[in-house]
Amino acid sequence: MAQIEIKNFNLYYGSFQGLKNVNMTIKEKRITSMIGPSGCGKSTLLRSINRMNDMIEGVKTEGEINIAGNNIYDQNIDIDVLRRNVGMVFQRPNPFPISVYNNVSFGLEVNRIERKRNVIDEIVQKSLESVLLWDDIKDKLKKSALLLTLEQQQRLCIARVIAVRPQIILLDEPCSSLDPHATQRIEELMMRLKEDYTIVIVTHNMQQAARVSQDTAFMLLGELIEFDKTSKIFTNPGDKKTDDYVSGRFG
Amino acid sequence: MRKIKDDIIEKIIFFCGILSIVFVVLIFGFLIKEGISFFKEFGIVDFIIGKFWYPSANPPEFGILSLIVGSVLVTVGACIIAVPVGIMAAVYISELAPKQIKDILKSLVELMAAVPSVVIGFVGMVSLAPLVRVFFNIPTGLTAFTGSIMLAFMAMPTIVTISEDAIRSVPWQYKEGAFALGATKWQTIRRIVLKAAMPGIIAAIMLGIGRVIGETMAVMMITGNAAHIPHSIFEPVRTMTATIAAEMGETVTGGLHYRALFAIALVLFFITFLVNFIADLFLGRSKNK
Repeated sequence: MAQIEIKNFNLYYGSFQGLKNVNMTIKEKRITSMIGPSGCGKSTLLRSINRMNDMIEGVKTEGEINIAGNNIYDQNIDIDVLRRNVGMVFQRPNPFPISVYNNVSFGLEVNRIERKRNVIDEIVQKSLESVLLWDDIKDKLKKSALLLTLEQQQRLCIARVIAVRPQIILLDEPCSSLDPHATQRIEELMMRLKEDYTIVIVTHNMQQAARVSQDTAFMLLGELIEFDKTSKIFTNPGDKKTDDYVSGRFG
Repeated sequence: MRKIKDDIIEKIIFFCGILSIVFVVLIFGFLIKEGISFFKEFGIVDFIIGKFWYPSANPPEFGILSLIVGSVLVTVGACIIAVPVGIMAAVYISELAPKQIKDILKSLVELMAAVPSVVIGFVGMVSLAPLVRVFFNIPTGLTAFTGSIMLAFMAMPTIVTISEDAIRSVPWQYKEGAFALGATKWQTIRRIVLKAAMPGIIAAIMLGIGRVIGETMAVMMITGNAAHIPHSIFEPVRTMTATIAAEMGETVTGGLHYRALFAIALVLFFITFLVNFIADLFLGRSKNK
């Protein structure tokens, strides 16, 4: 079970409270989107799920986030193992300035998942195939990843995550630097990936949330206002504030 | 009225800019003139691969192979010490050190660059050389090895500051991506940060080498100045720079020996030009990314 159970979760940047008592259970093998105006804490919440916030100075947390029954904020959790299990794709494509091949094999090598060359070759190919990139770049594997187009780079970043076989993939506004066509194709990719992975996506684009996700969480000023089926959030929200936001009255 | 003032200022700035170029060209022209006239008389091949430097014998010998070996030996030795230590220091300063220590270290390293070379030579002569002599049980402590160590100190500030710049300018997104894939701090530094910063680091090394190879005062004081081809790094050597500095005063202006020293300078100029050119190549590449 790769469900994510967030319990009484609070996060502070110094004295500022970024997340206020968030409770939600993200179901596995679905796409869950988080929406809300800028600064509402949706990215912060996402980054709490793989503890990327740990790297920011002065961040303190309270409460639990349980993945497959284990609290990831427990003392004896191994953060490197956690991050391998919970992959993340960022707002701006950030392939490493090394070859395409090495971008994908990086996770396998640093986590000592696989040492045999031919097995690594196979995983690299499979990962690139699953993001529909293999046919385009199979002749460019040794070239620098920085030479790819933005869309290809973002696909590569997803392939790089898939290669280490995580259970959960976090996407932090993955399409915000892409054009509409590329966005559409990445969205199609997400729908395919939800068969195998639990996907959480933060987006400032409400239409995107409506298109791709099954569940939607609406956040405001660090609080989780409403969390329900996407269809319900967008057609018949239970909270006045959600209604105002999704119908465009503010935000 | 303002227009005229503007024109005049523009002319002055133009003149200053041109002046610096003119100086370099003049120096180069002067070296070429004296050097070429020497080669006409003595022969460039005998000069470069000749083993013996006996400028006041009769007939004189002007082979600078031993001087080239001396320069190269001291430079390579200095690099072997300064490059790993310098890069590690740069990694520590930019990636690992806490804020306060970082600031202190940075200003200390920059201060190190300001130590005059005669002071470095002096310290090496009175403190390091006796130590080397006793420790390795050799007749003199003034050796290529001693010179390498002291020159490593001179190259280090350049290597550390420029590598540190290169490492610090690696985008945070790369590191974030690596951490998010489960890489540890060291894996991230070794596989991603250092790789991304490599053009800048190579440029730093080249500029460090440039500083070492052109260094004169310190090597003259601590390498022993024996113009022969050494069998190990624990023997005295003489570098090209030290030869020019030591002998220029004794020559007859315009004489063969005088022009031979210019020819050495020409060789030296060529080497440093090459090193700087490579450094520029890599610096340019790191900026284009």
